[in-house]
Amino acid sequence: MKQFYGPCLAACVLVLAATSAEARAPSLDDAAGRYDIDGSSQINFSVAQTGGGGISGKFGKFSGTFQLDGKDIRKSVVEFSLFPDTVQTGEPRIEKFLRSSAIFDTANHPEIVFRSTKITQTGEDTAEIEGKLTAKGTTRTEHFSAKLTKWNRRTISFQIEGGIYRDHYNMSAGLPIYSNIVQFDMTVNGQKH
Amino acid sequence: MLRNRQDTFGWGAIVLHWAIALLIVGLIALGYVMTRPDIDPELQFSLYQWHKSFGMTALALAFIRLIWWLSNIHPAPVASLSALERRASSVTHALLLALTIAVPLVGWAIASTSTLNIPTLFFNRVLIPHLPMEKSEAAETFWSDAHAWLAYGLAGLVVLHAGAALLHHFWHRDVVLRRMLGIFRRDAASNAHQQPEGTDR
Ligand code: HEM
Ligand code: HEM
Repeated sequence: MKQFYGPCLAACVLVLAATSAEARAPSLDDAAGRYDIDGSSQINFSVAQTGGGGISGKFGKFSGTFQLDGKDIRKSVVEFSLFPDTVQTGEPRIEKFLRSSAIFDTANHPEIVFRSTKITQTGEDTAEIEGKLTAKGTTRTEHFSAKLTKWNRRTISFQIEGGIYRDHYNMSAGLPIYSNIVQFDMTVNGQKH
Repeated sequence: MLRNRQDTFGWGAIVLHWAIALLIVGLIALGYVMTRPDIDPELQFSLYQWHKSFGMTALALAFIRLIWWLSNIHPAPVASLSALERRASSVTHALLLALTIAVPLVGWAIASTSTLNIPTLFFNRVLIPHLPMEKSEAAETFWSDAHAWLAYGLAGLVVLHAGAALLHHFWHRDVVLRRMLGIFRRDAASNAHQQPEGTDR
């Protein structure tokens, strides 16, 4: 009972690069470019339940790219797709329920898509990503926060977090026993083109 | 009168009896429907939660009835009953009493041992804790099977019991059903079987 989302952002590279005080910091031009989100990324989610605990899991299959603009972080763009059929929770009956018409309805809506519309830098290595999330036939604006965690010439990693209200996407089964908020906690690794 | 008398049931026993009877019949039907494999999954989830809430209500009432039953006198059997009928009815009543407590307790054990770990949120309001039992698929399967057998066994007994009550009312035309409905006149106590069409009040 949750949904997902997911983008990845590009943010702060600008700043990190700009604070060239660090001898090891690569140049901004190095960071700019196009990245593919690679399979080592972790798309984790959790939904709290009444009385403590809850459901947590991840998605096995996803794909996406991001374009980092070295001059103006606001011009960076993130695109991300994930395939809810690949949801994993450790309990087959819960996975079956999540795939069913009660939640993702993967038979009719096999893909969930996020496309950023606005990226705003919020700190030295953090940014806010706003974008359109499309899931189960509904498209809405959502926000995620991103933090740059690793960076070298070939790869870049962000920690991306955000909460989605699942009832907005016609996935309200299990309320109020299970929280309406699906919390995403993702490690997104990009591989430079 | 609230309490039982020598010749008939008091309102306490009557209200408990019919409230529990209604719940049990509804829960058996609901339990059957919600476990059909082709049911819509979202509806199924909701029905399970309703089943647990109403089931817990039945458990609480059955428990109150047990206390009521232990602390009240029992009306003497209707005079026209044969010795065999008396035995059969007291055994049936004891079994009904026991099963109305055992069936929901075993249901609670299913929820408590299930690896799905779904909380029981009483009518979406009050969290009822799980029983302190180990969660495992084997335990969940065991308690689910036990719950089904006991519940359908209870259903069989209810048919027998209600059938007997209706038989007494419509065939023997005695006061058996009327004194559980609260439409019983004191003067009808001893010779009711001789005045089948006495006005009910
Ligand atoms: C559906 C679940 C039902 C349960 C669990 C149940 C249970 C019981 C129990 C435990 C007693 C004994 C009460 C006592 O001694 O204090 C009783 C008595 C009685 N029940 Fe039910 N009952 C059910 C349904 C019905 C139905 C549908 C009818 C009628 C059609 C009925 C008619 C009666 C009558 C007439 C008595 C009084 C018998 C006597 O005079 O001793 N019951 N029932
Ligand atoms: C007197 C009260 C109750 C009655 C008469 C009753 C009756 C039933 C029946 C007839 C079924 C269907 C069995 C089948 O066909 O497999 C069922 C299933 C079930 N009941 Fe109850 N129930 C009662 C109370 C409860 C309570 C209190 C709980 C939990 C708190 C509960 C939990 C369940 C669960 C989880 C199932 C589904 C088991 C499965 O999926 O195999 N029940 N019940």
